[in-house]
Amino acid sequence: MISVRALEKSYQDLKVLRGVDFEVARGSIFALLGSNGAGKTTVVRILSTLLTADAGSAGVNGFDVATQAARVRESISLTGQFAAVDEILTGRENLALVARLRHLKDPGKIADDLLERFSLTDAGGRRVATYSGGMRRRLDIAMSLIGDPPVIFLDEPTTGLDPEARIEVWQAVRELAARGTTVLLTTQYLDEAEQLADRIAILHEGRIIVNGTLTELKQLLPPAKVEYVEKQPTLEDVFLTLVGKDKR
Amino acid sequence: MTRHFLGDTTALLGRSLRHITRSMDTIITTTVMPIMFMLLFVYVFGGAIESGSDSYVTYLLPGILLITVASGISYTAYRLFLDMQSGIFERFQSMPIARSAVLWAHVLTSLVANLISLVVVVVVALIMGFRSSAGIGAWLGVAGLLVLFTLALTWLAVIPGLTAKTIDGASAFSYPLVFLPFLSSAFVPTDTMPGPVRAFAENQPVTSIVDTIRDLFTQQPVGTGVWVAVAWCVGLLIVAYAFAMTTYRRRIS
Ligand SMILES: Nc1ncnc2c1ncn2[C@@H]1O[C@H](COP(=O)(O)OP(=O)(O)OP(=O)(O)O)[C@@H](O)[C@H]1O
Ligand SMILES: [Mg+2]
Repeated sequence: MISVRALEKSYQDLKVLRGVDFEVARGSIFALLGSNGAGKTTVVRILSTLLTADAGSAGVNGFDVATQAARVRESISLTGQFAAVDEILTGRENLALVARLRHLKDPGKIADDLLERFSLTDAGGRRVATYSGGMRRRLDIAMSLIGDPPVIFLDEPTTGLDPEARIEVWQAVRELAARGTTVLLTTQYLDEAEQLADRIAILHEGRIIVNGTLTELKQLLPPAKVEYVEKQPTLEDVFLTLVGKDKR
Repeated sequence: MTRHFLGDTTALLGRSLRHITRSMDTIITTTVMPIMFMLLFVYVFGGAIESGSDSYVTYLLPGILLITVASGISYTAYRLFLDMQSGIFERFQSMPIARSAVLWAHVLTSLVANLISLVVVVVVALIMGFRSSAGIGAWLGVAGLLVLFTLALTWLAVIPGLTAKTIDGASAFSYPLVFLPFLSSAFVPTDTMPGPVRAFAENQPVTSIVDTIRDLFTQQPVGTGVWVAVAWCVGLLIVAYAFAMTTYRRRIS
């Protein structure tokens, strides 16, 4: 569904991607891990036709990102690293605008359904400028789901969300995959990759250094070993000892 | 994909018109400077200026209208810059839309906003004693010329909007444009100016546009000046459009 081969990209002298290869199967969730500046956003921008690669090739839904960009854009939806929402419009207007731009019928109803699904119904009529960071992010993701594109890119979708909102987003991502949508997400949170991804790849110094399922990745390390660790008393232990209620 | 051009432009135009109606202050701030110039020149300097016409407001208004447009278009650069910064521009570019619709929506919005500002300025001028016996045809001529001028300057404003690094950079380009009418026949007749200044003033676009609008207002024959004015506007429009589109293509590749 997504296939990336020998992808290279430099910004002036800085070689960010030095030959990146990976494949993502239809309907699966693929997590791209990497430290700050590893080039995750660069990969996502190339795949969503916002940036052209220096060398190598990338295909999405069977279309080449360089030569069939318009067809690629029909197949994808992008949630960038920073919420891309219109501050002056209301949440509902933002959703309806995207629905209209995707040439769908009844943008108003689509907007209302998504507001409901992302617990934004009460805020739907307010300007986005008044939203919290988490609400903005939820709106941003909701905007990406409009039109059910077969491939969705999520660049650090849960950065800055509270634990509850994070779980909501995870749930939405799982539902997408269950419906057959292919998801490529980047993240800094290892537990997010563990929770969601069918396959995990680590981008480091311009290349994919490992790529596999969680189980496969775990096997790369030596088997779990038993360690004895000196246990420091907790404040609770101190308290209980001093008060003398519990003699352990 | 281009079959969606009209629909996409309409959707995006609706969006940026909401930006205007929700921040009417941008219309107000656009008109403040031209209105101040008008007050200053009519009530302070006006008595000492030999314009050779009965009413100095009437003499002055065409130049003031051009200043209004020159200050109004900086908001186009500003709004475009904000779209680039906020990432919403990229969101639109990653969608299956007619890509140039994003620019056209901003340009048409600029046209609407500037026309509102121009109406406000004309109303103030009427209060200050501007009178014209021009018929509907002459008014349409004035409107047409102002629309052309606005479109030309708006496409020019698209360039800093796409390339600026800071918000100040995005709007600073309009200062010289606001200044240009001072070196023209907008405030005083050019024949009192020293040689080189006069040569510049008489051969720059503002003078021909101002003279044409003034002739239309006062029902004088416009002569060949109108074609010079139209040629300047259309020429500027074509050059600005070409540069804006080149900048745009470079920006999205
Ligand atoms: N337009 C640009 N011009 C110059 N350098 C850039 C540009 N965009 C990104 N870079 C550089 O390329 C490298 C990779 O950036 P990228 O945004 O892809 O990393 P990332 O993995 O997404 O990082 P993060 O986790 O911080 O989002 C960084 O060193 C960054 O400074
Ligand atoms: Mg990034």
